[in-house]
Amino acid sequence: MDTDKVFDLCSSVCIRGFFSVFMNVRFEVNGIEKVVEAPPMKRLLDVLREELRLTGTKEGCGEGECGACSVIVDGEVINSCLVPVCQVQGCTVLTVEGLSRDGRLDPLQQAFLECGGAQCGICTPGMLIAARALLDENEQPTRDEIAQAIAGNLCRCTGYVKIIDAIEQAAEIKER
Amino acid sequence: MAVGQNVLRKEGYEKLTGAARYVDDLTLDGMLFGKTIRSTIARGRIKSIEFDSAYDWSRIVVADYRDIPGENYVALIEHDQPLLIESEVRHYDEPILLIAAASKGDLETAARHIHIEYEELPPVLTIEESLAGAVVLYGNDNIFKRFLIGRGDIDEGFGAADLIIEGEYRVPHQEQLYIEPQGMIAIPGAGLMTVMGSMQCPYYIHKALKQLFNLSDEKAVVIQTTTGGGFGGKEEYPSMIAAHAALLALKAQRPVKIIYDRGEDIAATTKRHPGIIRHRTGVARDGRLTASEIDFVLDGGAYVTLTPVVLSRGAIHALGPYRCDNVRIAARAVATNTPPNGAFRGFGAPQVAFAYEMQMEKIAARLGIDPLELRRINMLREGDITATGQRLGVSVGSAEVLNAAVDRSSYFEKRESIEAANAHGSPHDKRRGIGISFFFHGAGFTGSGEARMQAQAGVEITAEGRARVLSGSTEIGQGTRTIFGQIAADELGINFDNVDIEDPDTSRVPDSGPTVASRTTMVVGRVVQLAAREIKDKLITFVAERFGAPEVRLIDGLFVANGEALASFGEIAHEYIAQRGELRAYARYASPPDIEWDDETYSGDAYPCYSWGAEVAEVEVDMDTYEVTCTKITTAQDIGRAIHPLLAAGQIEGGTLQAVGYGLLEELVWDKGRIVNNRLTNYIIPTSLDAPAMETIIVENEYPHGPFGAKGVGELPMDGAAPAIAAAVFNATGAFISEIPITPERLQRTLEPRMNTDGHR
Amino acid sequence: MSFDPTVQSPATLAEAYALLSEPDRALKVIAGGTDLMVLMNAHMLDAAAFLDIWRVDELRGITDEGDALRVGALTTYTHLIGSDLIQRHAPALVAASRTIGAMQIQNRGTIGGNIVNASPAGDSLPVLAAYDAEVEIGSARGTRRVAFNEFYAGYRRTMLQPDELVLAVRIPKLKEGERDFFWKVGTRRAQAISKTVLAAKAAMNGKTIEAINIGVGSVAPTVIRASQTERLLTGARLTPALLEQARQTIGQEITPITDLRSTEHYRRTVTGNVLVKFLRQLAT
Repeated sequence: MDTDKVFDLCSSVCIRGFFSVFMNVRFEVNGIEKVVEAPPMKRLLDVLREELRLTGTKEGCGEGECGACSVIVDGEVINSCLVPVCQVQGCTVLTVEGLSRDGRLDPLQQAFLECGGAQCGICTPGMLIAARALLDENEQPTRDEIAQAIAGNLCRCTGYVKIIDAIEQAAEIKER
Repeated sequence: MAVGQNVLRKEGYEKLTGAARYVDDLTLDGMLFGKTIRSTIARGRIKSIEFDSAYDWSRIVVADYRDIPGENYVALIEHDQPLLIESEVRHYDEPILLIAAASKGDLETAARHIHIEYEELPPVLTIEESLAGAVVLYGNDNIFKRFLIGRGDIDEGFGAADLIIEGEYRVPHQEQLYIEPQGMIAIPGAGLMTVMGSMQCPYYIHKALKQLFNLSDEKAVVIQTTTGGGFGGKEEYPSMIAAHAALLALKAQRPVKIIYDRGEDIAATTKRHPGIIRHRTGVARDGRLTASEIDFVLDGGAYVTLTPVVLSRGAIHALGPYRCDNVRIAARAVATNTPPNGAFRGFGAPQVAFAYEMQMEKIAARLGIDPLELRRINMLREGDITATGQRLGVSVGSAEVLNAAVDRSSYFEKRESIEAANAHGSPHDKRRGIGISFFFHGAGFTGSGEARMQAQAGVEITAEGRARVLSGSTEIGQGTRTIFGQIAADELGINFDNVDIEDPDTSRVPDSGPTVASRTTMVVGRVVQLAAREIKDKLITFVAERFGAPEVRLIDGLFVANGEALASFGEIAHEYIAQRGELRAYARYASPPDIEWDDETYSGDAYPCYSWGAEVAEVEVDMDTYEVTCTKITTAQDIGRAIHPLLAAGQIEGGTLQAVGYGLLEELVWDKGRIVNNRLTNYIIPTSLDAPAMETIIVENEYPHGPFGAKGVGELPMDGAAPAIAAAVFNATGAFISEIPITPERLQRTLEPRMNTDGHR
Repeated sequence: MSFDPTVQSPATLAEAYALLSEPDRALKVIAGGTDLMVLMNAHMLDAAAFLDIWRVDELRGITDEGDALRVGALTTYTHLIGSDLIQRHAPALVAASRTIGAMQIQNRGTIGGNIVNASPAGDSLPVLAAYDAEVEIGSARGTRRVAFNEFYAGYRRTMLQPDELVLAVRIPKLKEGERDFFWKVGTRRAQAISKTVLAAKAAMNGKTIEAINIGVGSVAPTVIRASQTERLLTGARLTPALLEQARQTIGQEITPITDLRSTEHYRRTVTGNVLVKFLRQLAT
């Protein structure tokens, strides 16, 4: 299950052993093409964290309420705890690990650092992803629009104030 | 100077890139997953445990109470809480068995093949039932703990009153709802047990493990991993899950990871103590309090855990930040057949703050006095005496915070415009309101707590001239590492970037006490400062001898004498260590002088100092749906000194929103001792759209015994929002709500003259 | 022994139909997964085989059919919100979509899923009820249409046969002069299940209600039309007394329960109050 081998077939369902069902899923993660062999109904969240060892995306509730598992699939922010991996065949996925380049924080991350947008940090990956999705679509969001965009990301530490400050700052910097 | 600056957090980079490793991000070779099998009754006895023979148990490790090497209890205050049930069940979801397997799927299936039969007994589920005493769960009267705080002559005080006003206030359970669920990994070694995971207090776990597994100090190793929120919920509970993982690890002789799913976490772990607080207040017509009698009862749940300490803090704060010469506070905590309640930010104070502030609202209304004026008439100021007889000598920002909050919020102008709008018939469906609250919070442990704890921390210097802080205090989002870094850097006169913080690992850091009670900056930060000072003094002496210079000072990383720079910090550190081997100093906390507390009479200086807060809440009430929206909160909080203003504001804003949840949204729904709404779909915490706009004013009334003047900040913000919102709802609708949360259903019941009594609890 | 379910992910309707027609094969249909995956995560879904229709693009698209809009079953709430056609011709559906979950759910949840999941609290359903929508159903045996208001047989039970899929929902356009309305009372301002949720549309002649449809959710085992209340209001003149009557009538007509989110009393009274919000709007 921890394989990262490349298969020639695009996708195939193979029965392995008597009790487990596997499928090859090919998709792009943070700009890199991956092929994963996993049970087709395995959650994208678990495939990211286990098969791909990208543990930046978190599980907070398992029911699509907290948004800690948010990733961007084909440009849309979704809860990866609610997406079976078979549905990302051929898709493009962005996780928190894909935000920074060459070890340098991107403007959103930098803004979170400067504005105090992260306290315990567990909601932060999902929050950054939701913010990224917002700024990709709306370069000059109002505070209300920011609050709307992160309404699916629960934070218990910050009261959301400095998260919204950070996203606002990142938008302004991008403007300039 | 790093102190007072918004330096970039030491813990920041990893958290922002997804590189930070929380416990569930860690995988070890040969690791098994563990799961807890829990009771499905609230009270009774286990009759039988059957393992379905149709299931292949060879792949499952099973542990029960008989596998515990030491004694079957989780060390805390009393030894009453078992790690695993032997036969008696005292609450729903109480742990009975532990199972471990190589795959999580196997665990789920295995759990379904365990059948437990019970002999059920009728449970005691409420404070009233417990006090009635028909069933005795603890001692001979179900009372875990009592306190009596008294001052003056209560009868005389009532005699002098022009009016006596009574009120009864009810506060609910509240779930801490850290977004990272509880989790631990235990790794067995030769006569050694290492546990790592999400926690606030490594040394609590250390103490529990030593007892349960018959280990010496060095043989139990506890390490904190990056922790995704705690708020008290990871103060004492982690000892339980850590020991569970350790027991499985011991039996399997392999690492074991236990991560709670959210439903289990909400159902089985500690909550804020619910309570009933009754006030009887004598007042003079001019608004002065002449007598205050308070009866305060908390529901501790099935075991003692930390209840006596929660009760203590609640009782000490029960009068509120007010002057009254005649006081009687009777506090009790009772046993029920519910999961034990425990630490949650505020720790007894938010409960009593709701009560004392709503009582003030009631008094103001009855006397026809402006609620703000009533606070001003009675507020504690420097030189005044508290309910426990403490004279407030220093760092009393009471008037300052109240004035600041009132001014910045334009309280009077807003109140006038609201009254005008309501008088001229606001739109059918919306009414606005504004309310205030005024509160205080003792910093550090109560009374002799810190003196007994003698928190220890250390600083060491490496040969490269880098400083390392050694402390058992944990970073759980509040920025501990950064704060300690700033304090050490400024004390040593070196750059903040040259200070590292050792990981909270009991084999490497001393016991600084738990990361709770708003003590980390004020108490442990102080100890860090003292340890750093000792290092500095050692180096200064060394330099003085080395250069034969009488008066050497350390400024900005340079040793200076007679205006001449002699050497750099790094150079001297290098030399010192080359000559002397190592450079390390430990310090212990010593209570400030003139702090006197009597545990017998529960009187005296309860806390070295208090932090002060005032809050103005603005609400909008939809009179069709009874939904209350808190649109804005303006709060001023006196925290002595903001070591890091951004982090301090973050504490205030975060705590305030948790308190908004406490006042408006969060409620546990029970069915015969079982929590029914144990998922995030149905246990409602505020989203970004539920959060009010917030304006935060940090007031700095320096406390001379805190590092750079700092007092406590973590818990104070939890105390003010619920009563401020309730006061605003009273202002908006005339409905005086004495029970939180103010759900639309509760507001409707209060407003409607003919009430339908089919509540849902 | 842990079974991992099998999944088939057809790219065309024809393939999907063929799979659904196979005898002795119980296939659980999954679209956006925002309902089913929650059940799976809670170990409450016992399906051995899934039919994943996420790839069937024939189920996507919003088309203008003159007097109605045809909305493909896989249309997400985000698509609905962003659709000019929906904004113009069924604005209440945009309003409803905005209140569902939050961005992450809106990007993945589908109107077909909302319909087939058949929850009494489905937030788009009162709009479809009030709009007299029509459900288009397909299988290897052909297509058929069922009035949305006849689509539910009971609590979480639809009229779908095991080999059928919901293809689309047809929503008659809001007519000239008609006004619509949507109001959800949730447990909080986002990520909330409704306590009561009401959609309505009405045609006015001055102060007289010529026609009115009222759909309500979370107050009965299925979404309902408040037909008694509609009869009371049809042809009636908006007066304070009528508003009171309407409030009482709908409160008595619905059959809400007390559950972990709210009480029967609250749901009865607040549903009435929400209806009156709409009627007040009509009066201005």
